[in-house]
Amino acid sequence: MATRTIAGKTVQVNDEGFMTNPSEWTKEMAVDLAKEEGISELTPAHWKVIEFCRQDGTTSGKAPTLRRITTAAGVSTKEMFALFPKGPAKKVAKIAGLGKPEGCV
Amino acid sequence: MADDTRKVAFICSKGDLDMAYPALVMGWAALGNGIDVTMFFTFWGLDIVRKLRQPHLEIAPVANTSMKMSMMGVNTGNLGIPNIFGVLPGMTAFATKLMKDKMAALDVPPVGEYLQMLVDGGAKLYACKMSVDMFGLKKEDFVDGVLDIVTAGDFMDMTEGAQIIFI
Repeated sequence: MATRTIAGKTVQVNDEGFMTNPSEWTKEMAVDLAKEEGISELTPAHWKVIEFCRQDGTTSGKAPTLRRITTAAGVSTKEMFALFPKGPAKKVAKIAGLGKPEGCV
Repeated sequence: MADDTRKVAFICSKGDLDMAYPALVMGWAALGNGIDVTMFFTFWGLDIVRKLRQPHLEIAPVANTSMKMSMMGVNTGNLGIPNIFGVLPGMTAFATKLMKDKMAALDVPPVGEYLQMLVDGGAKLYACKMSVDMFGLKKEDFVDGVLDIVTAGDFMDMTEGAQIIFI
């Protein structure tokens, strides 16, 4: 298991760069991780999705899929692709310190 | 600036319910991985994007060697649905309902909703000109996500550098 430093703290990550221990995550890390994913500024709309994913991920033990986010968080598919372009569910999971979302829908 | 985004293009040539899903599932997965998606609907595949036909895609048990009685929850192993029963009125509707129920149980959206998700995610849909002419259809016959009616040559131009998957 690899480790890396995000926002001044050392955390566990897997070989795809997803954090493996969600409890190590902080909001400061989200800002840095978002920049790495090409999102220069996290707006309240971004935070709404990140917070939903944190909550859903903690409850279910896995990162929500895109369809789970759009149906349960009330954010449309279009909006998700605008907020987190090129692979929204994967990007938000990475930014929120969750694992890679699994599932075909 | 050179665009190095990976591209995938699907050619959908079948209008059966079970042949509509592979492109939808793979297209959705591609969009979820930041891959550019183009879909070209030709021949019976046009049914997937036709307003009139899209909600009524079916699967026929006749000559479908993979459809076994065990799908209905009976422990009959490899015993198939006999073709002689498959020709009875209502059997196609029955098989279709069975598949739709199984999909719904997995929270897989119906074809129309799934396709709209792909459109919202940026997938570009096109109808094949020759097939459209053959079936006597017009642009208005298709769901909103269909951008244009194009020739096979146009499709080849717009998918330069893409991986093409024929279904």
